[in-house]
Amino acid sequence: MMSSLIKKIGGGLVMAMISLFAHAEHQINFPAPVTEIGRQVYDLHIITMWIIVGIAVVVYGAMFWSLLKHRKSVGYKPATFSHSTALEIIWTTIPFIILIAMAYPATKSVIAMKDTSNADMTVKVTGYQWKWEYDYQQDGFKFMSVLSTPRDQIEGKEAKGADYLLEVDNPMVVPVNKKVRVLLTANDVIHAWWMPEFGVKQDAIPGFIRDTWFKVEKPGTYRGQCAELCGKDHGFMPIVVVAKEQADYDKWVAEQKAKAAAAADTGKDRSKEELVAAGEKIYAANCAGCHQPHGEGMPPVFPALAGSKIVNGPAAGQIDIVMNGKPGTAMPAFAKQMSDGDVAAVITFTRNSWGNKAGDVVQASEIKASRK
Amino acid sequence: MSGNKGSYYLPAPSHWPVVGSLALLLLTGGFVMKINHVNMGGSTMIAGAIVLIYMLFGWFGTVVRESESGMYNKQVDKSFRMAMTWFIFSEVLFFTAFFGALFYARVISIPGLGSGDTMSQLWPHFVASWPTHVAGEDKIVSGPGSTQMFTPMHAWGIPAINTLILLTSGATLTWAHWGLLKNNRSQLIIGLIATVALAFSFIFLQAFEYHHAYTELGLTLGAGIYGATFFMLTGFHGFHVMLGTTMLVVILFRSMKGHFKPESHFGFEGAAWYWHFVDVVWLLLFVFVYWL
Amino acid sequence: MEHGHDHHPSGIMRWVTTTNHKDIGSLYLWFSLCMFFFAGTLALGIRLELFQPGMQFMQPQTFNQLTTLHGLIMVFGAIMPAFVGFANWQIPLMIGAPDMALPRLNNWSFWLLPVAATLLVTSFFVPGGPIAGGWTLYPPLYMQNGISGDMTIFAVHILGMSSILGSINIIVTIMNMRAPGMTYMKMPLFVWTWFITAYLLIAVMPVLAGAVTMMLTDRHFDTHFFDASGGGDPVMFQHIFWFFGHPEVYIMILPAFGIVSSIIPTFARKPLFGYTSMVYATASIAILSMVVWAHHMYTVGMPVTAQLYFMYATMLIAVPTGVKVFNWLATMWQGAMTFETPMLFSIGFVALFTLGGFTGIVLAMVPVDVQLQDSYYVVAHFHYVLVSGSLFTLFAGAYYWLPKWTGHMYDEKLGKLHFWLSMIGFNLTFFPQHFLGLAGMPRRIPDYALQFADFNRMSSIGAFIFGTTQLIFVYVVIKCIRGGAPAGDKPWEGADTLEWTVPSPAPYHTFETPPVVK
Ligand code: HEA
Ligand code: HEA
Ligand code: HEC
Ligand code: CUA
Ligand SMILES: [Cu+2]
Repeated sequence: MMSSLIKKIGGGLVMAMISLFAHAEHQINFPAPVTEIGRQVYDLHIITMWIIVGIAVVVYGAMFWSLLKHRKSVGYKPATFSHSTALEIIWTTIPFIILIAMAYPATKSVIAMKDTSNADMTVKVTGYQWKWEYDYQQDGFKFMSVLSTPRDQIEGKEAKGADYLLEVDNPMVVPVNKKVRVLLTANDVIHAWWMPEFGVKQDAIPGFIRDTWFKVEKPGTYRGQCAELCGKDHGFMPIVVVAKEQADYDKWVAEQKAKAAAAADTGKDRSKEELVAAGEKIYAANCAGCHQPHGEGMPPVFPALAGSKIVNGPAAGQIDIVMNGKPGTAMPAFAKQMSDGDVAAVITFTRNSWGNKAGDVVQASEIKASRK
Repeated sequence: MSGNKGSYYLPAPSHWPVVGSLALLLLTGGFVMKINHVNMGGSTMIAGAIVLIYMLFGWFGTVVRESESGMYNKQVDKSFRMAMTWFIFSEVLFFTAFFGALFYARVISIPGLGSGDTMSQLWPHFVASWPTHVAGEDKIVSGPGSTQMFTPMHAWGIPAINTLILLTSGATLTWAHWGLLKNNRSQLIIGLIATVALAFSFIFLQAFEYHHAYTELGLTLGAGIYGATFFMLTGFHGFHVMLGTTMLVVILFRSMKGHFKPESHFGFEGAAWYWHFVDVVWLLLFVFVYWL
Repeated sequence: MEHGHDHHPSGIMRWVTTTNHKDIGSLYLWFSLCMFFFAGTLALGIRLELFQPGMQFMQPQTFNQLTTLHGLIMVFGAIMPAFVGFANWQIPLMIGAPDMALPRLNNWSFWLLPVAATLLVTSFFVPGGPIAGGWTLYPPLYMQNGISGDMTIFAVHILGMSSILGSINIIVTIMNMRAPGMTYMKMPLFVWTWFITAYLLIAVMPVLAGAVTMMLTDRHFDTHFFDASGGGDPVMFQHIFWFFGHPEVYIMILPAFGIVSSIIPTFARKPLFGYTSMVYATASIAILSMVVWAHHMYTVGMPVTAQLYFMYATMLIAVPTGVKVFNWLATMWQGAMTFETPMLFSIGFVALFTLGGFTGIVLAMVPVDVQLQDSYYVVAHFHYVLVSGSLFTLFAGAYYWLPKWTGHMYDEKLGKLHFWLSMIGFNLTFFPQHFLGLAGMPRRIPDYALQFADFNRMSSIGAFIFGTTQLIFVYVVIKCIRGGAPAGDKPWEGADTLEWTVPSPAPYHTFETPPVVK
């Protein structure tokens, strides 16, 4: 009775493992790969699983046979043997040979994965708490990419969309069939850039550059997530890559360049209303994660900005902390992450919201001046 | 006492261990409070230290009394020896972690920071070298992102003298041991006094060196990975020297009270092994931290 | 065998001051049971939040704190002390020694644990709450912890001290206290596995202590060990941590191998197959375990050669582990098996640990691991080896030796119920996590995309079944202590080690005159 139960469960496990690739659905196996490396990884996994199922059949088969037949209740008399050199040599060498057979294709894939030479283009990706920056250095523009799922969906006040937690405001865009080299680093803590469909995962380590590469074969939108615990909102730091045909990609690059040029132009002052309206969006994307949507913060770790001494004090003090951050705390330096216009807008917004009554306006030119 | 029934000495219930635990709770709790600027941190630490000293006197006092009254047979003695050996083994691995950090920094992280994309993208002015360097300038800086300047420690001054001191102390200690084996008490005591004196001069010179490093060389804990590994390794070693010196002082007093016999003197040997271990670690430090 | 008739303090002071290996063993076991329930409750918190998508019950930071403390306390507070408890009870009994070699030190090894537990548990009440960066303590994230960051560092120091002192004691006991005739190659396998485990502990706990010490100075004394701007490297911490961390996982499994190697021959009524190769396999696993650490770091960006080396070395561990599995099978083969609760848990162990080992081999392959690293596949892997590995054998060992410890038989019916419900609950919790990982769900996240909802719901239901089931165990243990059928010296027909030659319950002092082994 017992053993038949064991058998059922064990059998169920084996069946589940087999079904795992018998009908390789998205739910129980790797998502369908769209790069050469991704395919190699996928195949390697399938081979490994089959080998392991084979070993499992032998191991569990012997075990259940013995459990069924060699039991006292069916009157089995115990044997007395306690070793066999021949057997032991066999079951040391056979696994060894199997392992070599598994290591061989794995070695080839490792070498291919690590080969970042001869790339067609390079993008520098920087992890921040909790967003990604994509820097197209050759084309001279960069942008931040932040989760765009509304908070109401997360808190269950609104129905969850299809791409819940896997959607961003500005995706990374790449051309298809081009070898894209990714330089990875981080600004604060370790993050990891994981794109399941590409077979790519690489940690982003502050102070160091690591690289990886991919060559997407099919246009489409691909989704991944930050894979290294990076603090509070680690679970809310998705990655979206859109692969486009070369012509569409070129169009996109041109648009981005134009946008960058417009943002760099900080010459003219904006009105308070314009700044506050722009600042509100920037705040939601960059600051609300810590200081909360209504500036209430999460004391003692993240101070409230509503009623804060610094926010209600002289503008210079606030410019300083936002531009340079506060070393030793989570407050990041935004000088390198944000344009002058954006910093000006977000500061103006905080100084005029939630009952803060500094009331003044900070213009991009002031931020520019603070950079010296 | 429950020890006399079997052949192996089994101590009666003892309250010393739990006193020791209390001491550690106060000591670590107090330290945490202190470095986080919570009130009473310092005084909690002091209370912990007092309890710890009380525990050490009480516990070791009991062991010494039991030993002197002949309650430990050969097998117990062997247990103590084995335990001490394994304890020293664990200390070796403690040092391994810090030496590992030093080698890692010199072989992997510094060269990595000063080459390839890491350098060109993030630290364009950094030149990989040991001690740490910055391009174009003939200065030693704490790290690629730092402006703190320092002068590294020179091997052939105080460190070389300290090497000699420790080597000599190893010899005087062995000489004292020979005295003990021959039951020549005055050789034992003179040898120990010499060893303790050398130990104190080592500590004094080391303190002097630290003072020099901080006030004149700009070499501080904050002086990048060089300063960090320098102080961690020498400081942790210095802490062990102090422990070893305490042990030596204790066995000196015990020798003066007439403890130890030529055929059984685990207390002496334990301290001696420990001292030789501290000695060997210093030699490695001298080579890898100061010299190369 | 004479009974203990010397006076020792009674009431609480008996336990506080005891130098008796059986008392200390019991203290360890009770302590670890409490910690298991505490950490298990934290796990239920995790599963509660993950029951469905969206944030329902807690802040993301709280979730990270639950995960971190769950991992830390299970590893250091529940599994490790439980095995030391078994060592304390059983090693002297199995080698015919009157007690541990250094009884006072033994007491201290235990009483250091509550200090560490205090530091960990009270960190819930300090500003900012307990640490939240994962049990692996990686900097620079670790630097963002508040005061609890320092409390945890000292807790780790003290846990390390406890483990080192405890291990020294175990090694010295084994080397110096064996009864006449008990040669090394006659020692029961449980003793052998602990011998090797203790060596591993002494070798790697100081390294962890070194790592957290550097973290402390980075936090408060201006050093830059793990900070690139000063020439350090966050990845250096990972190397040092895993140099400890990988052996650590074998520290949690080798004694389990020992327990199973005691139980299977007993209930198969047949000697352990391949004793000698078992000893060598254990030693090989221990040695290999110290040179494979970076398989936890395949995605940090090591050079190809390093990746390949660590891949080959890691895969090699399958060989000695396989030898063990095959030896257990060969022991069962043609035995006359009966299926009392200890045997059930042991068989459950062999089946499910092997499965966990298989997924370990999948993870060892660099290209596949690059996909699976930090995904739920890893979570599934290590719960298969830790829960149905270490924890199941702890249950097996407890049922096996409870009659010796208490003098009573436990309730066999309830024991079996405990096993079967555990088996169902466990697999329901952790098997679906393989699929989650394969489909791309990262670990350590409080909320997830909709495609992961079904398996997470299954997993959460399983966790509550598994958790509630553990209450049966507590009930059985308490019932067994308070009464039950008398066990007799040797309740298990097939058992043949020394502990079964003394009365049940084992008298306070045993083997004061050493037994002579054949
Ligand atoms: C008891 C604890 C335990 C044990 C025994 C193991 C055993 C093994 N583990 Fe596991 N592991 C953990 C606990 C454990 N692990 C933990 C806690 C983590 C996560 C840590 C964290 O990040 O938080 C982890 C993570 C982990 C990783 C990193 C995953 C990642 O984060 O990317 C890897 C990668 O190589 C790995 C591999 C292995 C291997 C190869 C074994 C091998 O020892 C298994 C060997 C056994 C078998 C293979 C089965 C029996 C053998 C046969 C029947 C012979 C025939 C078989 C073949 C030829 C294949 N483990
Ligand atoms: C060492 C052993 C060990 C053990 C035994 C367990 C046991 C369990 N673990 Fe695990 N776990 C780890 C070690 C262990 N764990 C480690 C090292 C990590 C990694 C941490 C990190 O990422 O840093 C981890 C992480 C981890 C995660 C991933 C979290 C994340 O990535 O965010 C999950 C999620 O499901 C989980 C679940 C469980 C469950 C449900 C159990 C169950 O088996 C627990 C069962 C026990 C109980 C439930 C308690 C007893 C019962 C009661 C209290 C009665 C009351 C019952 C009810 C109210 C129903 N654990
Ligand atoms: C990763 C978390 C995080 C993010 C994102 C963040 N902050 Fe902060 N911020 C902090 C922390 C932590 C402090 C407290 C620093 C200290 O201890 O003094 C802080 C402090 C401040 C202060 C000073 C408040 C006071 O009264 O001390 C201001 C102003 C501020 N942040 C503005 C911003 C703005 C504007 C943004 C977005 C552009 C932002 N912060 C984004 C974490 C964050
Ligand atoms: Cu960024 Cu996790
Ligand atoms: Cu490992």
